[in-house]
Amino acid sequence: MITVEELKNKLSLEVIGGEGSLSNVIKNVYIGDLLSWVMAHMKHQDAWITIQTNTNVIAVAALGEAACVIIAENAEIEDVTINKANEEGIPLLRSNLSAYELAIELNHYIKDK
Amino acid sequence: MSPIKLSYQVEKDDFTRAGQASSSIKKVLRQLGIEPQILRKIAIATYEAEMNIIIHSEGGSIDVDISAEKITIIIKDRGPGIENIELAMKVGYSTASQKIRELGFGAGMGLPNIKRCSDEFRIESSYGEYTKLEIVIYIK
Repeated sequence: MITVEELKNKLSLEVIGGEGSLSNVIKNVYIGDLLSWVMAHMKHQDAWITIQTNTNVIAVAALGEAACVIIAENAEIEDVTINKANEEGIPLLRSNLSAYELAIELNHYIKDK
Repeated sequence: MSPIKLSYQVEKDDFTRAGQASSSIKKVLRQLGIEPQILRKIAIATYEAEMNIIIHSEGGSIDVDISAEKITIIIKDRGPGIENIELAMKVGYSTASQKIRELGFGAGMGLPNIKRCSDEFRIESSYGEYTKLEIVIYIK
């Protein structure tokens, strides 16, 4: 079991928003950029990796009860998305790694749960 | 439990408030002690419906009726209606613009997702006038 905060430290993720919820526990990982698809398949407490950065990402993460959102490949994030992440208490993180590279790294920590 | 009613207006193209109605419905239902799995189905169905109003319609409303046995959700918009419902129900079919697709929508999964999450699902549309969805999700 790993928290968002622990993952952030291990992978040097940049915290963009939702700092108050870094104690969320990550159980699994989901990757996707099509919001309806993600909505249908993401599970409670997933770390969701995406390159989609508009404000709707936070709505999907909140409704799908994601542990956090990790934006891959340093994609640019709009202020309105960051504000929404703070409002909803969804940890919004960013990495220069690709979704694939992030998944490989995350696997080390998730499988030990 | 006496019936509880919730009502939300959803505006066309209002992407900044997108998800607020579904999020609010979910919060109320969680407080009422609805099981997480059922809550999830309701959240998916209402979110997809809310996005459909924002993306495809002239605006509309979401009305939720909560009783001890079931949640009934009526989604009604002010048009323009669906020309071919059978096609709209097909996974992967979407009339969303390129701009909407860039936001991560337009996967052609909205209506199929709603149907999958519902115990009862009815859709009616009058082309040029309105689309109405009636969804029932059992909680017992």
